[in-house]
Amino acid sequence: MAPPSYFMGLSAILFCIGVAGVLLRRNIIIIFMSIELMLNAVNLAFVALSRAWGSVDGQAIVFFVMTVAAAEAAVGLGIILSIYRNRETVNADEINLMRW
Amino acid sequence: MPLWLFIFLAALSIIAAAGLILQRHPVHSLLALVLTLIVIGILFIGLGATTVGFLQMIVYAGAIMILFLFVIWLLNLQTQPLEGGRLALKFLGALGSAALIAELLVFVLHLPAPLGHNQPVAIDYGSIARLAQGLFTSYLVAFEVTSILLLVGVVGAVALARRTTAEGAPGGSP
Repeated sequence: MAPPSYFMGLSAILFCIGVAGVLLRRNIIIIFMSIELMLNAVNLAFVALSRAWGSVDGQAIVFFVMTVAAAEAAVGLGIILSIYRNRETVNADEINLMRW
Repeated sequence: MPLWLFIFLAALSIIAAAGLILQRHPVHSLLALVLTLIVIGILFIGLGATTVGFLQMIVYAGAIMILFLFVIWLLNLQTQPLEGGRLALKFLGALGSAALIAELLVFVLHLPAPLGHNQPVAIDYGSIARLAQGLFTSYLVAFEVTSILLLVGVVGAVALARRTTAEGAPGGSP
């Protein structure tokens, strides 16, 4: 049986890959997907710790994180569509104005 | 979950996550992310959180990723030029990520002793009944607020994606 610390380590590595994606890529869709990866790394930590303590609280929180991620994805993708419609770009470096 | 299975799944998820940030084509990145999410769902099931694991695969790897796929198709990103960006910024970003990963790993290696092993749990640990019992007792308020959040999300997404101008979108679809 793999101990909880292994799962925590995997969660840390996945989170940092997500951070690297946000910092290194300029395509706004890839940045958004990296944010989803970070959310999932945190979910993994929640489930591993919830299993370590034998409670279901972590699973309930993962449920809420999924709901928030769904709402965030819908609104975020709406914003990306709207930006692309006005600016015709998905490069985060070229999106430097809050107005259009 | 036996140790060899964990190591295999961990390696698979790390490779797929690296593929997410290394692929040039957005659809390839998306497929790598879907693989990562499915592997994380399998890890959930291996940890005993069966319901959450299946929810992860259905809702996350299924529904939310399809939303991303539709947006990539709508934007027609195949024709995007390769992204440039300054090399110094990329170097700083890589350095920052490496520093963060080192810090988190040091933190994980010094976890308090009770976390070194898993507590024994009941046979129905990850069942829908146990999860729902928690959701509808301790987390009832948060659960109800979640429904309002989803409603606001739907309204916001529709308001954002709606075309406000009379003429269609430039370079758009039919």
